[in-house]
Amino acid sequence: MIAESGHYALVLALGLALIQSFVPLIGARLRDPALMNVARSAALAQLLFVGASFTALVMLHVTSDFSVANVYENSHSMKPLIYKITGVWGNHEGSMLLWVSILALFGGLVAIFGNNLPLSLRAHVLAVQAWIASAFYLFILMTSNPFLRIANPPIEGRDLNPVLQDIGLAVHPPMLYLGYVGFSISFSFAIAALIEGGIDAAWARWVRPWTLVAWIFLTLGIAMGSYWAYYELGWGGWWFWDPVENASLMPWLAGTALLHSALVMEKRNALKVWTILLSILTFSLSLLGTFLVRSGVITSVHAFANDPTRGVFILLILCLFIGGSLSLFAGRATALKQGGLFAPISREGALVLNNLLLTVACAVVLFGTLYPLAMEVLADFKMSVGAPFYNLSFVPLFALLLLAVPFGPMLAWKRGDLLGVTQRLLAAGVAGLVAVAIAWGWARGGSALAPLAIGLGIFVIAGAVTDLAERTGLFRLPFAATLHRARGLPRSAWGTAFAHAGLGVALIGIVCETTWNSEYIATMKQNDVAHVAGYDLKLDGLFQRQGPNFREMIAEFNVSRNGEALSTMTPSKRSFTTRGSSTTEAALLTRGASQLYISLGDVTAEGAVAVRIYHKPFVLLIWWGPVLMAFGGMLSLSDRRLRVGAPKPARAKQRLQPAE
Amino acid sequence: MTRKQRRMTIIGGSLAVLALAAALVLNALRDSIVFFSTPSMVAEKHVAPGKRFRLGGLVQPGSLRRGDNLAVTFEVADGNAKLPVAYKGILPDLFREGQGVVAEGMLDANGVFKADTVLAKHDETYMPKDVADALKKQGHWKDDYGAKPAATTAQGNSQGAVR
Repeated sequence: MIAESGHYALVLALGLALIQSFVPLIGARLRDPALMNVARSAALAQLLFVGASFTALVMLHVTSDFSVANVYENSHSMKPLIYKITGVWGNHEGSMLLWVSILALFGGLVAIFGNNLPLSLRAHVLAVQAWIASAFYLFILMTSNPFLRIANPPIEGRDLNPVLQDIGLAVHPPMLYLGYVGFSISFSFAIAALIEGGIDAAWARWVRPWTLVAWIFLTLGIAMGSYWAYYELGWGGWWFWDPVENASLMPWLAGTALLHSALVMEKRNALKVWTILLSILTFSLSLLGTFLVRSGVITSVHAFANDPTRGVFILLILCLFIGGSLSLFAGRATALKQGGLFAPISREGALVLNNLLLTVACAVVLFGTLYPLAMEVLADFKMSVGAPFYNLSFVPLFALLLLAVPFGPMLAWKRGDLLGVTQRLLAAGVAGLVAVAIAWGWARGGSALAPLAIGLGIFVIAGAVTDLAERTGLFRLPFAATLHRARGLPRSAWGTAFAHAGLGVALIGIVCETTWNSEYIATMKQNDVAHVAGYDLKLDGLFQRQGPNFREMIAEFNVSRNGEALSTMTPSKRSFTTRGSSTTEAALLTRGASQLYISLGDVTAEGAVAVRIYHKPFVLLIWWGPVLMAFGGMLSLSDRRLRVGAPKPARAKQRLQPAE
Repeated sequence: MTRKQRRMTIIGGSLAVLALAAALVLNALRDSIVFFSTPSMVAEKHVAPGKRFRLGGLVQPGSLRRGDNLAVTFEVADGNAKLPVAYKGILPDLFREGQGVVAEGMLDANGVFKADTVLAKHDETYMPKDVADALKKQGHWKDDYGAKPAATTAQGNSQGAVR
């Protein structure tokens, strides 16, 4: 009964989406406010029905109704409740339902918070949202219906893939989807602007908060996924340049570029056409990501997952939306009024450079992801493009970008003074050079480039601090005046500084982890001691334990340093009987930003166990960086200037704010 | 600066960045592409020792030998040819005799494949796609390998390599 209601609600949502696709457009043609307002109610009703449908699937999973194929294949009655819930999106059908639910959520949010949008713009935006939604409802209903019943219900389910039974994977997909799907809003705004043929700075003000929200979630989602891979896959890697990861990185790069170009458009009314194009490209890359992950095209073009119709269907959606939006762009972009030009050395110029480097870096990742696929289809040989390729192509471009990051926010709009900015950044540059020297003297082994990269990271962080210090008059003015200025500084300025500093923090983490990571691999017997990076790890023994839906073998290690006992670490190996598969649960010991990492291998006949121990210096910085970036994004989002419709601050107050 | 000069600076700058990126990509492609081979392709093409490639096939049943200090040797077969592989380290959870495997490394002078990475992008019911395709092409595909493909390895990087 629940399954049928869920299915029915989804069909109703499709019906609503179809209405929302066309009625508001007709309304806009006829200039009929009533018809245009249909968009708003339809979007809210759609959200209600998709929400009901999603809730139905969650209930089916929670109650372990194995008469539903989706539940049978991905759940088990002994599975802990939290994984029964998260298992809903741990499979293809459920995750597509989550995808459309989030799409409907964003549509609903535009409907609720879009009261101050011009009526016809809102009608167009919601109609475009409904086109996307209709396509994906059709996809789910025709090829991936999660509510299908099994004629003879089995007693027990097949359980969820054990590596997915983890809290990291519970949070990662919704975050990632909030990011991916969030970019649909800027896409819809872009298409609406193209249809209406008008675009102005106000448009950028409406689009930027939505883009920012999507970007924050995508940043956190990618970081979360990377941390999950790090501790769950058992060998301490956190980024593999796997096509699935690239699929999430590309929209992030394009979305970051979009955030910055929308800024130029908002402030200077320039780069309009480019911003529209970026909005289209960012969401297209999100769709491409969905296609790559969902169609199974990744390692072979010839085998489309287990159901070829799915891949073909998503490919059709992809072609329709990317092709359609780009043709519309080609046809209408010239109609948009071009903004003014500006001096190359200026804030705008710096943001153009940022956009150039980000989009080119994104193109490099796209090339690396699709090239093996293309070669396989065209030339019929297989190859892989891995880390070495990206180290030689993506990394230099990004290094160039990071070098430019501190300059950007310090240049003035319209006409900047590069020499003056360089002088003001002198302290940051010196800090970077000192860091290079310290890293050089301190480092034992590793690439000669590593100290330079650390210096670059410090330069970026120090640059962000310098920017804040300059704006608040730190050291120039009395401390009280500085404090007063700091309070008056727009939150977006703080946001910029945090986000940029986050980049530097992540860079330092990445460099330290890859360069000075120490590894110890051996078979250990009871009471054996491993010495890794100054730590002594003694294997106390092996134990067996029964978990809810698995058995696990735990190894207990006593960790000490210079004879002083620190902690106990218990890595384990779980075997899941239902699927006959096993997972390695690594044990982590955090010391500052560094971590000790133990994962287990096989047990030999003599009772010894293969272990892999890593010491990863400053590894946590890799994820603190993105968290800082997301925090910066949130600060910026809370800036009142971004809240469209917020009353303008009184003039007197405005005068107190420092000139930017 | 005149309007024209400004425009030319921006266009020139863009072209410079694009050219830089193209140069970097071409350079990276020359050095860092890893090709995929099966044992019979290795035999046919006489791959030179020292050239990195990915070897895919089935682990020959009965060929797995464990040495001291986590050294292992096994043979990778594709029905027509076999290739001995040496590896030092912990094999992935799902490494099993008779199952598909992808290893990355290079041949040494004696014709032994020295693997530095063993990938197991599969679970108990699922073959690495590269291996499955290669075996299909050579007519050694047994349907039971693919009969029950794993319920989609859902989100994100769940397919990440295990080294």
